[in-house]
Amino acid sequence: MALYSEKVMDHFLHPRNVGVLEEADGIGEVGNAKCGDIMKIYLKIDNDVITDVKFETFGCGSAIASSSMATEMIKGKPVSEALQLTNKAVAEALDGLPAHKLHCSVLAEEAIKSALKDYYDKNGIAYDASQFPDCENCAHCVE
Amino acid sequence: MIYADHAATTKMSATAMAAMVKGWEVYGNPSSLHTIGQEAAVVLQQAREQIAACLDADPKEIYFTSGGSEADNQALRSAAAIGKRQGKMHIISTAFEHHAILHCLEELKAEGFSVTLLDVHENGMVTAEQVEAAIQPDTCLVSVMYANNEIGSVMPIAEIGAVCRKHNVLFHTDAVQAVGHIPVSVKNDNIDLLSLSAHKFHGPKGIGVLYAKKGVRLYTLIAGGAQERGKRAGTENIPAILGMAAALQEACDHMEENTQHCKALRDRLIAGLSQIPHSVLNGDPLHRLPSNVHFCFEGIEGESLLLLLDQKGICASSGSACTSGSLDPSHVLLAIGRPHEIAHGSLRLSLGEENTMAEVEYMLEAIPEVVSYLRNMSPVWRDLTSGKKSFLL
Repeated sequence: MALYSEKVMDHFLHPRNVGVLEEADGIGEVGNAKCGDIMKIYLKIDNDVITDVKFETFGCGSAIASSSMATEMIKGKPVSEALQLTNKAVAEALDGLPAHKLHCSVLAEEAIKSALKDYYDKNGIAYDASQFPDCENCAHCVE
Repeated sequence: MIYADHAATTKMSATAMAAMVKGWEVYGNPSSLHTIGQEAAVVLQQAREQIAACLDADPKEIYFTSGGSEADNQALRSAAAIGKRQGKMHIISTAFEHHAILHCLEELKAEGFSVTLLDVHENGMVTAEQVEAAIQPDTCLVSVMYANNEIGSVMPIAEIGAVCRKHNVLFHTDAVQAVGHIPVSVKNDNIDLLSLSAHKFHGPKGIGVLYAKKGVRLYTLIAGGAQERGKRAGTENIPAILGMAAALQEACDHMEENTQHCKALRDRLIAGLSQIPHSVLNGDPLHRLPSNVHFCFEGIEGESLLLLLDQKGICASSGSACTSGSLDPSHVLLAIGRPHEIAHGSLRLSLGEENTMAEVEYMLEAIPEVVSYLRNMSPVWRDLTSGKKSFLL
């Protein structure tokens, strides 16, 4: 199908890092089943480095591909670097997404930030709240 | 490749293609007085008669349009214009009509009409009683689709038509999914206006018909020449019209055997897919198009299901508007009361004569596999199976 780039199809058909981390140091879940997309990210962090990452996604092809690509982009990276990941970078790494699917890359960025925030909270690490999306209200679809 | 998306469009039949070739050879303009033009006028008239006969109509009641959407728009506009002249500004329709109807009704609302959209219940049906109860002294039109394009339920059109006759209200039906597949008679079904589209029954795209019962004055959407009794200007698309007539004739001649064939495949698919846990068949199980299978599977999203089925050589559809640029799930599934999260996980298989039982058996292996693959990576499914959330299906 020409709707998606080859990169998107590759990550959709062969998603990297699918699954669960039983002893995750940070877990983030964003989205809403009503809107048709939910992403859940599990992080294993040692010495401020993301040593492992897994994801579960309920959503369309681009949501699965965005999750897969985003996990690849942060695996092995320091937390500070993972925090800089933008939705734009995810979309670009996938050779672009259709305009009405760009929110999938936004979700991927938000899911990772939400998992990092969870890691900070659990470990009592101080952080600047403004760098995290307000995930209580990250309504990417208007009902 | 297994093509199971016949409700979206169908493959042209060899008969229809041959008829189109003839239509290109007869190149004259039917409005020309000379011999070449009149040759075209003759085949055009023959096609009109053939189509009229298939619908139990008079050839003078057949108006060629560019397809189902134009026919729907012209039907609604015509009834609205008649109503307005009589001071009747109320229209009755249903919540799960095609967008060609719903969006046109929105326009009419903005122009001062009031619109009642009838509830279609969980089985996707409206009753004649509902229609009768909704009719007001100022109702100018009832428009109810013959069969739903997503979930395949078939409405009691003859009964609804009878109620409209009794109350002297015009009755339109969008019969795009029905004509050529189930028996449709404008006389027996008490229909005043009917829309159909050729490419749903192995004819060409870009051509359709508006049937308008004698005496129903049509509103002109496209002004210009005197074609189509002055109600639809533009030189007739002879090849497409001939292709449509041939395809419809063929579909009607073989309707009984096609119905038996498709029904057997449909029922096997429904029985097999019903085995998938936490799934539901949408649309009425009995009053149903012979070709339609429509399910929702809890915990997954329809577009990823379609993409994976495509990889396995199965062309299907979801009804999930995700692919069409909107994030909202299907208005049809919401209208039958499926919650958003269930409506996202839908699959429509629409069969045709060329599908085989071997293809059905292959689909029955592939679909459960793909559903469980997607469920296994779904956080929604994890929450459901771990008891964190309760199953809705």
